[in-house]
Amino acid sequence: MSHAHLDDGYSHDDYAGYRHPRHGQSSHGQSSRGRRRAGTAPRLTLDWQHADRAATLREHSRRFGPLPGPDGGKRDLLEEVAAARLTGRGGAGFPTATKMRAVAGRRGAAVVVANGMESEPASEKDQALLARAPHLVLDGISVAAEAVGAAEAHLCLPRTRGWLVDCVLAAVQERQRAGLDRIPVTVHELPHHYVSSEETSLVHWLNGGEAKPTTTPPRPFERGVGKRPTLIDNVETLAHLALIARFGAAWFREAGTREASGTMLTTVTGAVSRPGVYEVEAGTGVGDVLALAGLQVDAEAVLVGGYFGTWHDIASVAGLPFTAAGLRPIGAGPGAGVLFALPAGACGLAEAARVMRYLASQGAQQCGPCIFGLPAIADDLAQLAAGRPEGDPLSRMQRRFPVITGRGACHHPDGAVRMAASALRTFGADAHAHARRRPCLSAQRGRQQTSALPVPRPFAEGDWR
Amino acid sequence: MTLTLQVDPIACTGHGMCADLLPELIELDEWGYPILADSVPPDLAAHARRAVNACPALALRLVRTQNQLVTRHQLATRRRPPAR
Repeated sequence: MSHAHLDDGYSHDDYAGYRHPRHGQSSHGQSSRGRRRAGTAPRLTLDWQHADRAATLREHSRRFGPLPGPDGGKRDLLEEVAAARLTGRGGAGFPTATKMRAVAGRRGAAVVVANGMESEPASEKDQALLARAPHLVLDGISVAAEAVGAAEAHLCLPRTRGWLVDCVLAAVQERQRAGLDRIPVTVHELPHHYVSSEETSLVHWLNGGEAKPTTTPPRPFERGVGKRPTLIDNVETLAHLALIARFGAAWFREAGTREASGTMLTTVTGAVSRPGVYEVEAGTGVGDVLALAGLQVDAEAVLVGGYFGTWHDIASVAGLPFTAAGLRPIGAGPGAGVLFALPAGACGLAEAARVMRYLASQGAQQCGPCIFGLPAIADDLAQLAAGRPEGDPLSRMQRRFPVITGRGACHHPDGAVRMAASALRTFGADAHAHARRRPCLSAQRGRQQTSALPVPRPFAEGDWR
Repeated sequence: MTLTLQVDPIACTGHGMCADLLPELIELDEWGYPILADSVPPDLAAHARRAVNACPALALRLVRTQNQLVTRHQLATRRRPPAR
């Protein structure tokens, strides 16, 4: 079992079983009825444990070998990506080949946009990837641009992470000096609101507007940046693309299961002894991923998939694969690969209330159900968490959930409502006690305590451009 | 072909004119924003058009959509999202 871990910078396991992918050998975990055991040969995170900085172009080339030239052919890569069954790693999990074909099939020069916004506060994997292996992402942009016939490429990063922008810009300049990319990559710094990482937000901003979602259709693949067909992929997805271009679909599928191929980056935080970013084989069980990070034995609940995710008892999800297909039966999904284990002393309702308050403040303030609905739910949940209900917040929320869902231009209200509803299910007994003005001890203490979850301070209104 | 009402949620500012003119198909949520019925029956098409034209924000639209014939098999399997 081996894995890469960002924060403490060393490997917890023996690394010897791994062979460089270029040599066509790779070790992978044993399969047991479609579920992978934890641990896989590192791919994206190869050599991370030895690095406290970004890999230089020279180190990168030595690590992964040269990128095949554009003469590899436009159709070939699209076929390889389809055969690899690569899915988007930004949260939606859409098949990447389908998206690429949709863009490639349209008339005129296309545009490629790499999404490194990572507005999910509980996720760190995109910044970890860009900070350690920026050239892998830039390789991915390059091959994607060739494959869909793009004339320009953009990389969107949050304005709040200046250090990351510097790091990526240095890598871009390194490539320019080496004369590597036929299509130059422009790095942009965008306002960092929760909904600013939505793909229509990126398009709107790149077209000179605010980083807010727009009404669809048209979808970006039809009419995006400069009204051109636009491919928008998460930076991790592009990094996988760079490896598929090198080593092929068969190699990619050596890791993972039938339903979910390759590896994925996950961020595990909360009640774990080694919080951080882990690369695991797709299909690894939720419990195994938590165990990698050193789950504390007294933790009972977990937020699966991030702020748009769902709360569950650890016992009920530990045995399921951490994939879209594996979690669908319980109405959950891996999102951007996020797991947050609720510390034993923390109140799940109080955490959910803080997340809900944050999400309510992070909308684009464009659609009525989101502008009014989310703060209303946040109030209900806060009253409940504090054990000071006005009226009956439980039934008020149950009435409001279905009214709000599905009525925004983007899925922001849907995700927020899903999170809140799952908190009421998972912490049901607590919720009824709180509703009877008997809040748990941790909720009473929690008023003085900081949140267990990393809830960012909401931004000032107005900074959308 | 079926007529369907659609609202642009960004353009809509919750005037509520549509619900006044077409209460059969449109109700307002507690904040005054419209909740639309799935499809417009032919006998209400003229009323629906009037509601669309009355919207001060030009947020309401009436669109034609393909009739979806739903077989019993599809009904039975509908719960599962299509494999992508």
